[in-house]
Amino acid sequence: MEMQKLYLLVALAPLFGAAVAGLLCRVIPRWLGHTVTIAGVAVSFIGSVLVFQDVMAGNTFNGPVYTWMTTGDYSFHVGFLIDSLTATMMLVVTFVSLMVHIYTIGYMHEDPGYNRFFSYISLFTFSMLMLVMSNNFMQLFFGWEAVGLVSYLLIGFWYTRPTAIFANMKAFLVNRVGDFGFILGIGLVLAHFGSLDYATVFAKAPEFANTTINIWGAADWSLMTVVCICLFIGAMGKSAQVPLHVWLPDSMEGPTPISALIHAATMVTAGIFMVSRMSPLFEMSTTALSFVLVIGAITALFMGFLGIIQNDIKRVVAYSTLSQLGYMTVALGASAYSVAVFHLMTHAFFKALLFLGAGSVIIGMHHDQDMRNMGGLRKYMPITWITSLLGSLALIGTPFFAGFYSKDSIIEAVAASHIPGAGFAYFAVLAGVFVTAFYSFRMYFLVFHGEERFGKAHHDEHTGDHDDEEVSHDHHHGLAPGQKPHESPWVVTLPLVLLAIPSVLIGYVAIEPLLYGGYFEGVIHIDKVAHPVMEELAHEFHGPLAMVAHAFRTAPFWLALSGVVVAWFFYMKRPDIPAAIQRRFSGLNAILENKYFFDKINETVFAGGARLLGRGLWRGGDVAVIDGFIVNGSAKVVGWMAAVVRYFQTGYVYHYAFTMIIGLLLLLTLWVRV
Amino acid sequence: MFNDFVAPSLYPAAPEIFLLFMACVILLVDLGVKSPRRTLTFVLTQLTLLGCAAITLLTSNTEVVYTFSGMFVDDMMADLLKLLVYGAVMLALFYSREYIQDRQAIPKGEYFVLALLATLGMLVMISANHFLTLYLGLEMMSLSLYAMVALNRESAISTEAAMKYFILGALASGLLLYGMSMIYGATGSLEITEVGERLYTYSVDKSVLVFGIVFLVAGLAFKLGVVPFHMWVPDVYHGAPTSVTLFIAAAPKLAAFAIVMRLLVSGLITQAADWQGMLIVLSVLSMGIGNLVAIAQTNIKRMLAYSAISHMGFMLLGIVTGVVGGDARFALNAYSSAMFYVVTYVLTTLAGFGLIMMLTRAGFESDELDDFKGLNKRSPWFAAMMMFVMLSMAGIPFFVGFFAKFSVLQAVVAAGYYWLAVAAVLFSLVGAFYYLRVVKLMYFDEPKIQEPIEGPLFIKVLVSANGLAVAALGLFPQFLMSLCAYALMRSLT
Amino acid sequence: MLENYFPILMFILVGLAIGVLPVLMGWLLAPSRPDSEKLSPYECGFEAFEDARMKFDVRYYLIAIIFILFDLEIAFLFPWATVFKDIVASEPMRFFGFIEVAIFLTIILVGDAYAWAKGALDWE
Repeated sequence: MEMQKLYLLVALAPLFGAAVAGLLCRVIPRWLGHTVTIAGVAVSFIGSVLVFQDVMAGNTFNGPVYTWMTTGDYSFHVGFLIDSLTATMMLVVTFVSLMVHIYTIGYMHEDPGYNRFFSYISLFTFSMLMLVMSNNFMQLFFGWEAVGLVSYLLIGFWYTRPTAIFANMKAFLVNRVGDFGFILGIGLVLAHFGSLDYATVFAKAPEFANTTINIWGAADWSLMTVVCICLFIGAMGKSAQVPLHVWLPDSMEGPTPISALIHAATMVTAGIFMVSRMSPLFEMSTTALSFVLVIGAITALFMGFLGIIQNDIKRVVAYSTLSQLGYMTVALGASAYSVAVFHLMTHAFFKALLFLGAGSVIIGMHHDQDMRNMGGLRKYMPITWITSLLGSLALIGTPFFAGFYSKDSIIEAVAASHIPGAGFAYFAVLAGVFVTAFYSFRMYFLVFHGEERFGKAHHDEHTGDHDDEEVSHDHHHGLAPGQKPHESPWVVTLPLVLLAIPSVLIGYVAIEPLLYGGYFEGVIHIDKVAHPVMEELAHEFHGPLAMVAHAFRTAPFWLALSGVVVAWFFYMKRPDIPAAIQRRFSGLNAILENKYFFDKINETVFAGGARLLGRGLWRGGDVAVIDGFIVNGSAKVVGWMAAVVRYFQTGYVYHYAFTMIIGLLLLLTLWVRV
Repeated sequence: MFNDFVAPSLYPAAPEIFLLFMACVILLVDLGVKSPRRTLTFVLTQLTLLGCAAITLLTSNTEVVYTFSGMFVDDMMADLLKLLVYGAVMLALFYSREYIQDRQAIPKGEYFVLALLATLGMLVMISANHFLTLYLGLEMMSLSLYAMVALNRESAISTEAAMKYFILGALASGLLLYGMSMIYGATGSLEITEVGERLYTYSVDKSVLVFGIVFLVAGLAFKLGVVPFHMWVPDVYHGAPTSVTLFIAAAPKLAAFAIVMRLLVSGLITQAADWQGMLIVLSVLSMGIGNLVAIAQTNIKRMLAYSAISHMGFMLLGIVTGVVGGDARFALNAYSSAMFYVVTYVLTTLAGFGLIMMLTRAGFESDELDDFKGLNKRSPWFAAMMMFVMLSMAGIPFFVGFFAKFSVLQAVVAAGYYWLAVAAVLFSLVGAFYYLRVVKLMYFDEPKIQEPIEGPLFIKVLVSANGLAVAALGLFPQFLMSLCAYALMRSLT
Repeated sequence: MLENYFPILMFILVGLAIGVLPVLMGWLLAPSRPDSEKLSPYECGFEAFEDARMKFDVRYYLIAIIFILFDLEIAFLFPWATVFKDIVASEPMRFFGFIEVAIFLTIILVGDAYAWAKGALDWE
């Protein structure tokens, strides 16, 4: 009972902060706004630590805390499922959120929407906690939509910028596509299992192993495959998998702290979390797993390529995030759910670190985000420099760093997997290692080393397809000539340092218990016969040190190293080479510049087609049929009927009595049989 | 001769006895009160209702208790409905205070006493387990209400409304009595549960029985105000002083629900196939005509009257679907959804009329739709409250009205009446139009007068709490839903 | 069997006689000099033939209502009075039977007091 109150406290403390800061955003002073939200999240973090300890002590919980409504056979609950997976997610979410809250004090300190921003990110923390702590699909969906809503609000936080509005609309629309699949999946679950509670559904799942349903024509589909693919389409939207990834790079229009919190560390990993949570369902369909695997592999490799040619510092990190999400998805497809969650966790730390580092650079550069205007910042921003270096090393998988353990485990898991598509996925993740190292250190060298290019004429032509010139009212843009960048205040650098620690250490500490210590026993379900990946991994694992020793004899290490060396060679030693390559391979470059034409296709085929269809329906369907006939027609009919029936209400009491008698006679003739 | 006489237990009827006693006391005390505000009378009235609530709470138990030789029953459903009646009456009287103060012609003391006596009638109706008890309560309530409608003696329209209400009410009483006597003729008992038992065990003359049921249903339909026994509703809602309209629109619906449950469910459940068919006809007619004609109204009291007709029709759907082909599995779910519907409707309608009364002033009735134009510019808070009420009545998620409609529809679908569910949804859509029109008037039109809404702080707080409850219960409907289900589960056998 | 109805037969005969005899005797014994005033039926001072929807003084209604009230009170007391002896004789009923009627009378009295205080009993 005591623990139940704690769970509620963890979830509701950020909501309280959000409510205070949000409802009173015009009234309360800034210090109060950030104090109350940070206090809320801090309480939530401490609570999460306690919950984590409790779960480690073996106490899990699964039950409703509030029954929202009961209608007929269905009842809808707000309930918590607290186990090792939830506890891990809670820790990650609240920790990163706390860091981002503190960081925001420095990053947003001159923004007029200060309290509003704090309210949003606290609300986000609440929604995310509701999502991960849920024990049923309905609450999962609530959290899912709520984080999507907050994401929408935050991408468009600077709502006077047309680009931000475009970006949040795009994120909203693309996520609707994913959510459509997701809600179809949930609907199928409710229809066939008759319940939305995880435990009930998972327990019933084996009964439906051979159930098939007919979707289209004569083809019969396995129910589990359809359910899993529908659910995964939801995950594709939220976790930005190809082809629903297009919103994530544009979401960088939002302030940097939310890029770190929402679009790198937590919300975009909701899909990964959801699939891990649904492992008992996904394990029953190798087809769905193959689908997951291939989608993840495509995302991991091809989104990495795009990171190479970006000049906007945040966009590089954004594509890196896409690529890493692809890695996690690959791990899911290979039935290595625990590895996916492990990478999710390490990635949350180092990617939040990289984003916040990028944000710190952006502060130092007075909101200039173009890497071509940077260079040599090492001298001016030492803390940012060292923490970003650590983050980059973790990202590329340097031995002993967090990313090494998680990413290498993924690669080995794919190597051990034998489901259809695994060969391609193995190639993709392996190639991805080189690409990751290359773009990470390209960014690193361009920003922190080499010639000091700031304070000169800008490259105002930005990388993206949007014109960034309509910058918001409160943003200076770049350093004036002769001005030097400066290190950010302590509220900014403190989270960097605090995030750098787990980015370096967490992998070494956590790999053994998390992957091989039975940590997810009973939480993540794996069909050991059909998908024996984790067993093979466990067989080869001999401790974190041995893993490092082994790494020097494997391809990923050397690929990463060569990626770093090539980046150094291209951008430090011979900066003329990239330009030459760009000229030589202009066709390829054009493809990458246009991001494989996904946006173009979406805009012309889907958006254009939708508009065309819309116009057709508007002209033909709406104006003529619906407005003319159905709406106005029915309104006219209703109005006419109302006017006619109204005449019965004459006001004469004998008419009224007469009506009653007529009614009585009607009932008598209809029912009385003598 | 009377040696085997056993004095009946008075405990189950304690609230009624206390209320009757206090009504007499207040009637006499009021003779001595000379202040025009009648504060003492008012306070005593409210305290009486509070006392009744306390007594009901204290004497309530989960068992079904009969007293007065089975004429009177005290069960959980009665307790819950009585508590809600006290609440509805108290709120209605609070909202009415300023309104009747501003209208010289309305006798103040009598207003409260009549309200108390009407409440007493409702309590007796709710607890009736005998045709005569039921009729007694019904007449007690109705006579008080006739008088209340006519209280504003200077208003011709009120007098006319009262006259119509009285004549048609007398006719309906006659129908009800006739139905009762037919059923007595068929079964040989006036006690409702006894009637139910006899229908199980004896074979009765079916045509006489159904003849009686038709008359009974007609009488009940009048009280509920469903088509075609609804003609009084718009005129009375419109003609009565707004405070009385509020009174009539709220608590009596609860009592009417109770007698429907007592007569049809407790007494005539074996004949469900007959009366359910009749109720379906009445329900569909009510939803159709209520929603359609409401659109043509320009007076908000009249509009809400037609809205009440359609709501009662919708509520009947829950009662219709209790027994399907002799199978009573869904009964509890269906009846509790109907109860939830009527309870939330009363709550919403109280807030709605409360807000209408806040808009009125001395010498100015704010009962035209045009009076709501631009309310948002005058008082954004109360415009929001009115919007809550309208959206809830329209059944927009997530207001309480949505869950009420949802649970009734769910019962309808579970019973297999798909066409009925479709019809109900379609009529609700038609209905949404006139509710949303009020919202549109409040938010998008220019106000005719500028000054904000005035009123005592306490009433403002009360109306706000009422309005917020409509929204809050929409977010957290479970408590009330399970309360209704529990009360019915304990009461139906 | 049939002789049980003999008192009723007597009752009917006596009733008829009392009704018919005075009229018969008046017709036989009285002098007959009719005029128009004498031929019109006696109707409490109203014109016998005029529009039925005439105005009454509202005070008539008040008095009538109060009259009905007391009339009904008496009607309720009659059955009680007939079994009064038995009530007093029976141990469990004695107290209850008295109190119940006392309550009934009290309620009537409260109404009466109210009507009195409101001036319903004053003609002017």
